[in-house]
Amino acid sequence: MSAPGLPYALLAELTHRCPLGCPYCSNPVELTRAGGELATDDWRRVIDEAAALGVLQIHFSGGEPTVRRDLAALIGRASAAGLYANLITSAVLLDEARLAEFAAAGLKHVQISFQDAIADSADRIAGFPGHDKKIKAARMVRAAGLALTANLVVHRQNLDRLDALLALAVELGARRIEVANVQYHGWALKNRAALMPTRAQVERAGATVAAARERLKGIAVIDYVAPDYYARRPKACLGGWARQFLTVTPAGLVLPCQAAQSIAGLQFESVRDRSLADIWESSPAFARFRGTEWMAEPCRSCDRREIDWGGCRCQAFALAGDAAATDPACALSADHAAMLAAAEVEAAAAPPDFVYRRYGAA
Amino acid sequence: MTARLLVDAATVPRLAAHVALKFDQRRGQWLLLAPERLFVLDETARAVVERCRGEATLGAIAEALAADYDAPRARVLADAAALLQDLADKGLVTQ
Repeated sequence: MSAPGLPYALLAELTHRCPLGCPYCSNPVELTRAGGELATDDWRRVIDEAAALGVLQIHFSGGEPTVRRDLAALIGRASAAGLYANLITSAVLLDEARLAEFAAAGLKHVQISFQDAIADSADRIAGFPGHDKKIKAARMVRAAGLALTANLVVHRQNLDRLDALLALAVELGARRIEVANVQYHGWALKNRAALMPTRAQVERAGATVAAARERLKGIAVIDYVAPDYYARRPKACLGGWARQFLTVTPAGLVLPCQAAQSIAGLQFESVRDRSLADIWESSPAFARFRGTEWMAEPCRSCDRREIDWGGCRCQAFALAGDAAATDPACALSADHAAMLAAAEVEAAAAPPDFVYRRYGAA
Repeated sequence: MTARLLVDAATVPRLAAHVALKFDQRRGQWLLLAPERLFVLDETARAVVERCRGEATLGAIAEALAADYDAPRARVLADAAALLQDLADKGLVTQ
């Protein structure tokens, strides 16, 4: 069994509550109700344990993390523990007073999602009239002296406006732009046909990003999450299972990746029962796919096994039916052809209606 | 939209307000912490970065480093400018 290193980052999913209905929501299909969320003191302890374990970055996320009234207190605790605090938000509930509270508590960076470059399409994709609020909130973030990242989730229904989306992000003062093709886990898998781009769209997007990187050198950095379905090799999901990253869910479960609950048969443990360090070091679910010893062929003898770590376990489970299989995004996977064919068929057909994610209705 | 900072000897570099220089106790290394990312600094990089306080020009910083490390000034200046240009392009260093 591989000895665990130290985790660099903690994704703190404070809540699943969210006013948006994004069809590609990354939260699990089964949501935690407000009454099942960890209390403020639980999160304080998690934050302190994370810092002691070696975590350096904390990402306050959700759901929509700003629905938690104790968010400023938790940001303050993270800052006091020496963690770099990031807020990952839809921003539709942000106002100047709360932003000032967060900044005073030590927040340095806000990541805001934008669903499209034009309001009517953005609001239709989000299932919520939030686009104009997001733009105002982004200006507030910059006016408060905080760093801004624009998070742009892209798919067949907005990819053709990627240039306009990038221009919007730059105009709002984002120094960092994430362009992320949808990853089809959890809820997003229900909407795959409505979201799957064509290969031509994906190729144009790659060229758009390459040109923008050149044009925006020194002005904004673009992180690009490539689409798996047209890939030849998988991504090193989170730098490998349980190597650098952990997630704590609203209910307190500790996961090696935010989608890990989609894998049947893995038992995840709670911060209500064990310390974060205990779970990181000795949870069987963390050990299960850590390192390379769990791998079968073609990963086992592959010279990229410590580059991509076999790709995404959740995708292997969802598409190959086996979480220990090679990620079907890899052309060496026996399931790769079927994955690509599914993408091509869905992308060629007219998109079906979105199945929106509704907290409270789920 | 701001313009790209082009680092030269006259630049007065400082870390951006949202960037933190930190010693990582658990791993025994110096880091720059930035939005959702971190950069490990070797000894040379730390020596440059910790002098970027918005007070001295890069020329003066290179002068001081050359004296401290008994190294040729031109070489120190070129190396420090390359490092800071890279950090500026990532949004970590400004002036």
